[in-house]
Amino acid sequence: MPQLSAEQARAYWRRNLALMAKLLVIWFTVSFGCGILFVEQLNQIQLGGYKLGFWFAQQGSIYVFVLLIFYYSRRMAALDREFGVDEE
Amino acid sequence: MELQTLTYLVVGASFALYIGIAIWSRAGSTRDFYVAGGGVHPIANGMATAADWMSAASFISMAGMIAFMGYGGSVFLMGWTGGFVILALLLAPYLRKYGKFTVPEFIGDRFYSRTARVVAVICLIICSVTYVIGQMKGIGVAFSRFLEVDYGTGLLVGMCIVFFYAVLGGMKGITYTQIAQYCVLIMAYTIPAIFISLQLTANPIPQLGLGGTLAGTDTYLLEKLDLIVQDLGFHEYTTDFRLSGLNMFAYTASLMIGTAGLPHVIIRFFTVPKVRDARSSAGWALLFIAILYTTAPAVAGMARLNLMQTIEPVPGEYLVYEERPQWFRNWEKTGLLAFADKNGDGRVQYSADPDVNEMVTVDNDIIVLANPEIAQLPNWVIALVAAGGLAAALSTAAGLLLAIASAISHDLLKGMIAPGISERAELRASRLAMAAAILGAGYLGFNPPGFAAGTVALAFGLAASSIFPALMMGIFSSRVSKEGAVAGMVAGIGVTLFYVFQHMGIMFIPSTAFLGGMPPNWFLGIEPNAFGAVGALVNFAVALAVSRFTAAPPASVRELVEHIRVPAGASAARDH
Repeated sequence: MPQLSAEQARAYWRRNLALMAKLLVIWFTVSFGCGILFVEQLNQIQLGGYKLGFWFAQQGSIYVFVLLIFYYSRRMAALDREFGVDEE
Repeated sequence: MELQTLTYLVVGASFALYIGIAIWSRAGSTRDFYVAGGGVHPIANGMATAADWMSAASFISMAGMIAFMGYGGSVFLMGWTGGFVILALLLAPYLRKYGKFTVPEFIGDRFYSRTARVVAVICLIICSVTYVIGQMKGIGVAFSRFLEVDYGTGLLVGMCIVFFYAVLGGMKGITYTQIAQYCVLIMAYTIPAIFISLQLTANPIPQLGLGGTLAGTDTYLLEKLDLIVQDLGFHEYTTDFRLSGLNMFAYTASLMIGTAGLPHVIIRFFTVPKVRDARSSAGWALLFIAILYTTAPAVAGMARLNLMQTIEPVPGEYLVYEERPQWFRNWEKTGLLAFADKNGDGRVQYSADPDVNEMVTVDNDIIVLANPEIAQLPNWVIALVAAGGLAAALSTAAGLLLAIASAISHDLLKGMIAPGISERAELRASRLAMAAAILGAGYLGFNPPGFAAGTVALAFGLAASSIFPALMMGIFSSRVSKEGAVAGMVAGIGVTLFYVFQHMGIMFIPSTAFLGGMPPNWFLGIEPNAFGAVGALVNFAVALAVSRFTAAPPASVRELVEHIRVPAGASAARDH
């Protein structure tokens, strides 16, 4: 089993946290932001028959959530390989 | 073929399938029973998680709630999906790395304390039991409507089916039946939606149909819907806030955090082989869930439109009661739909004004179940919806019961009362605990507090305020001490329960609600079901504050935290 030095372990964790923070900002923006806080402003814009804020609340946020998890999963797999801590 | 016969056939076939799978996948060890042997493929686990987690509330109640709440119903859509992002990023990979069987086991080890483990077991049982009541009610409702047996008999049949595959197969049996149940429920949900979308908008994809124009016109469906509901005095469909922006914010946050903190969902991620699989499996789970969750708003909007147009086919001209369609008569029999001719003209007035409104009862739950009948779809579609509703309720009930049973047999019995117990004895004990949990849930199903979705939303609030913060702090901080964690969990779930009880009655007995259910008394206008987010904040604050003033955790705990943060060397889910 590969053993990371304390310094490497800290670097790995920092990179993980940075990626997480970025994705959680997007997660918050599409749901709480576009779907609730700024829904009235966004509703001024039409997306086909959807008001845009309404679309984010009932459709768009969910699509983004799915993408976020798959993106995180891919980026973390790459990070694991870079630090030699993937489980192969 | 007669609808009744067809329904019996389809539901019977789906039950035969579940029992067949149960016999094929019997659990031979505690590892099989608790974590399905730890070798489930991430896509398969994603599908099982989707079925585990999409309950009778998602399948039967949610579209109905959205149909009558409009935009306000978005809290359920965002809340019940957004939680998977937190779960995938903040919890699942680390808990999988730790590789134990149950959630309280992690809390007990990380907070080096049996007390913490017991408190976690109690919190787990409180939220799982609250949740399972809703499922039991869903099973009873689906049976009584579609098989025309009474509620009690329906509940009993459902309990027997769950008993069979959950006691026999444990997590292994549950996982493989859940995969089958996902297929049944997703077909049952999407097929009628596609038909209805085609009828109304000529677009076969409901997600696009909802944003499209009505077939043969230039009018957008949502525009028409807004117009019709406003004519009857209701709030515009697409902008109808649920109470306030703050309340919607808190409600969504409660459901999200609760989703990430529900033990029966978390333990599903103990069944995959690797840490990497735990991350991607959450993605697959959410993808499978999103298929239903993006269809639900379309079902809701279209069903509301259909319902309105049935009652008021031409503006100002209401449906003559004696000419009401067959589905109207069917649902009147169940009491979920009721009409009172207030002005004595023999027509059905539907209005937001309670003095004029003659549709005195329109239960949320009938929207999905009656939808195919309202849209006059063929009988086999209606039969399929019955099987789907049952699949959703059964799969979630089984997952919850497993979480309860493993907390009792693994955390309480093996972890505390009799640590020296043999594997065979523990397996037997877990089967007994499962059987007891089913009987207990069945009893509560006969005397349920409140309606299905109400109790379900409450379970999320309780999980959000107790289990999620403890797990998250356990992973992301090596400073939080046992005293902090215990105080946090107790304060979080305590505050939430207190708030719910003071407005909804102690143990939901309405007469004991000492502050009443009235919105003016709500803290910042936040409804009881949405209070879990506040409870979670209290939990975090108390735990961090108490940890400041108590001794730091021992070095072994800091090593444990370092260990779970890095994937390499994750062994299979193992015993002590």
